[in-house]
Amino acid sequence: MSSGNGKDLKWVGTRPIRPDGVDKVTGRAKFGADNFNAGMLTGAVLRSPHAHARIKSLDTSKAAALQGVKAIVTGADFPELSSEFIPAGEMMVNYRDMSLNIIARDKVFYDGHAIAAVAATSDAIAKEAVKLIEIEYEILPHVIDAVEAMAPDAPVLHDDLFTEGVDPKPTKASNVAKRVEFKMGDIEDGFAKADVILEREYNTKPVHQGYIELHACTASVSEDGYAELWCSTQGHFVARAHCARLLGMDISKLRVTSSEIGGGFGGKTVVYLEPLALALSQKVCQPVRMVMPRDELFRATGPTSGANIYVKIGATKDGRITAGEAVLKYQAGAYPGSPVQPGCMCAFAPYELENVKVVGYDVVSNRPKVAAYRAPGAPISEYAVESLIDELAKKLEIDPIELRLMNAAKEGTRAAYGPKFGPVGFIETLNAIKDTEHYKSPLGANQGRGIASGFWFNIGGETSASMLLNEDGTIELTVGTPDIGGSRASMAMMVAEEMGVHMKKIRPRIGDTSTIGYTFLTGGSRATFSSGMAVVEASRNMIEELRNRAAKIWEIPVDAVIWEEGQAKPAGGNAGDFEPLSLADLAVKAGKTGGPIAGHAEINAQGAGPSFGTHLVDVEVDPETGYVKVLRYTAAQDAGKAIHPAYVEGQIQGGAVQGIGWALNEEYIYNDKGQLENAGFLDYRIPVASDLPMIDAIIVEVPNPTHPYGVRGVGETPIIPPMAAVANAVDGATKVRFSQLPMSPPVILKGLSEAR
Amino acid sequence: MARVVLTGGLLRFTEGTETFELDGATVRQLFRQLAALYPDLEPHLEEGIAVVINGQMYQDAWLEQVPPDSEVFLLPQIAGG
Repeated sequence: MSSGNGKDLKWVGTRPIRPDGVDKVTGRAKFGADNFNAGMLTGAVLRSPHAHARIKSLDTSKAAALQGVKAIVTGADFPELSSEFIPAGEMMVNYRDMSLNIIARDKVFYDGHAIAAVAATSDAIAKEAVKLIEIEYEILPHVIDAVEAMAPDAPVLHDDLFTEGVDPKPTKASNVAKRVEFKMGDIEDGFAKADVILEREYNTKPVHQGYIELHACTASVSEDGYAELWCSTQGHFVARAHCARLLGMDISKLRVTSSEIGGGFGGKTVVYLEPLALALSQKVCQPVRMVMPRDELFRATGPTSGANIYVKIGATKDGRITAGEAVLKYQAGAYPGSPVQPGCMCAFAPYELENVKVVGYDVVSNRPKVAAYRAPGAPISEYAVESLIDELAKKLEIDPIELRLMNAAKEGTRAAYGPKFGPVGFIETLNAIKDTEHYKSPLGANQGRGIASGFWFNIGGETSASMLLNEDGTIELTVGTPDIGGSRASMAMMVAEEMGVHMKKIRPRIGDTSTIGYTFLTGGSRATFSSGMAVVEASRNMIEELRNRAAKIWEIPVDAVIWEEGQAKPAGGNAGDFEPLSLADLAVKAGKTGGPIAGHAEINAQGAGPSFGTHLVDVEVDPETGYVKVLRYTAAQDAGKAIHPAYVEGQIQGGAVQGIGWALNEEYIYNDKGQLENAGFLDYRIPVASDLPMIDAIIVEVPNPTHPYGVRGVGETPIIPPMAAVANAVDGATKVRFSQLPMSPPVILKGLSEAR
Repeated sequence: MARVVLTGGLLRFTEGTETFELDGATVRQLFRQLAALYPDLEPHLEEGIAVVINGQMYQDAWLEQVPPDSEVFLLPQIAGG
């Protein structure tokens, strides 16, 4: 492949060692909890032990009197905000709900809901102070499950919540925050044309993003009101916007630095501790460091929704799908805002359908407010649809890949959510899997094979990049998207490609909110796409200036200077006979030719190309224990163009592993009081390396025409297919269709027993 | 003229009308025409909308050009995890 400027690629598509690699493997890298300041205090949080309760009284006097306690904040220390959706960067946020989620006022809505925070001279004193806060509750009835929360007699969480999207708008409050509907064609006509109609109901449990690094931050507010915040976040500009709004600060008074981040997967696109640490620090003008313990993290931070899904599919006997219908009921947690809308849009997106109807419900219940988790909403709805597609293939006795190929979306297909697709690589992923040795290999006793596919939109958004030419010709590269998956390497590679220099001459960094223009967060599979576009534009901007400086040195018109192989050269014989000027040559003369040389770009990246993936898995089910062993796994995905193939493979492998955990093990277990009983990794079982085979990743490259190197985002899609792929494989192994997640050993044993 | 199609929750503000033939050179001009037809729709066009022009998705792109005879879809804004 060649780049946008027609040159052969030297860096893009290679696998160099990441610039942050040494710091990561030596322990030098500074994560969220690794910031220490003189006079720093430690914060701790009092959390509700009840799923739903009214706070009748709150007395912090004994805690405040404890020696070593410096500050206490409660909900009364935070501004009351109106309930309205306000743009925050590129997000619409209801700051009243966000504020109430961060620290409760008169009611608590879930086990783990924060009520007060303490800053003290030691961790032990802070924790002791939390115990001294006296609080009296009136315990209220609670509801966890989405379907139960929709029942007419369910406890209503918010007396001012009236279902949106229903005409006329209800006058009675309920737990249904919103109804959404997407439809195309004539669903009845579509089913009338079907020879076969299948329908099934599915249930999924909430699952946590499972990032290894805890939420952690340090806030320092000075006497003049200016503040610094260091935190582990997917988006420090977004964190700044949220904190400033929640605390009533001017944005210019808050500088936020993103630390290294040990995983986020969507769960670090929101704030929890940061406003508390800032509020505590405001009171005493000392730095306050807060780290959320793992059990509190499980109880209080956003997992994704649990859900109930109904799907109905009609098809002709030769395999052409004539209609698809789905009803999705997603848990939002304590406040509205589940990802049911993208769930609706993605449900049937991989297929060319004329008749589709998907209805979604956003349902509040007594659980932590959900947060984004890779491809938010899509894994749930596509799990259900891909499971029923598998049943359809078996019913029609058509190979599951062939059935998908017959109905697959391609360029020009009208997506089930409306518009037509541009160039996409779904068919290529299906064919890549079909061509594997894995797909043709034999299976043994109690073994089954599953296929499933997935779709995600991908996004762009506001993004900044800055390049500074050092005196010796090396380059400082600064971007605003926190590096979660190796993006600093990819950025440096694209700049090296553009500038025509060795990648080691470029030092990529993540700038804080005061050193670079606004940049939306790392999420939506946008970092390599959007920051990639920005660094390419910044490089070309710097090259223009370098040509300008060479023209001045040679005293010829700038049009007579070209940039080639990392050097300024005369455009041809008529331009004059000059020795090429390297970056170092031009850097050393920068002062004499106009001053420092830089390049920059501030863009709103548009044209993110959607990504499709197809996964293939073999499992073996032990009929005695119900244990499902994943024997072999192959995943193919369209990356457009893999800048650093190893990191694309890492995204595919990581998504597959998280999806396997979602399929087989992970779930929140609540007792009858609505208290979470498995708030730790011993009882909330995510897959570890010894549980799994190597995940074989196949990168398909159907270039995205709007990106200079053809990039599509890759982080979201790989978590979508695994749940259905595993469920379809379990069905093959057991001849029993399991329609609930997780398919844990007790569930498998129960299903096998019922089938006998 | 562009064929503009509204989806999802936006239909509540157009009395269920999905498709419009509008003459506008930019996204913002299309939004203004829709807002003139349905004033209650205007705040929902200001924020939280993705615009797909001939299969290409744009977000927060008022000034994006809309070629003649384009197919334009208005969708809920997409975020991610």
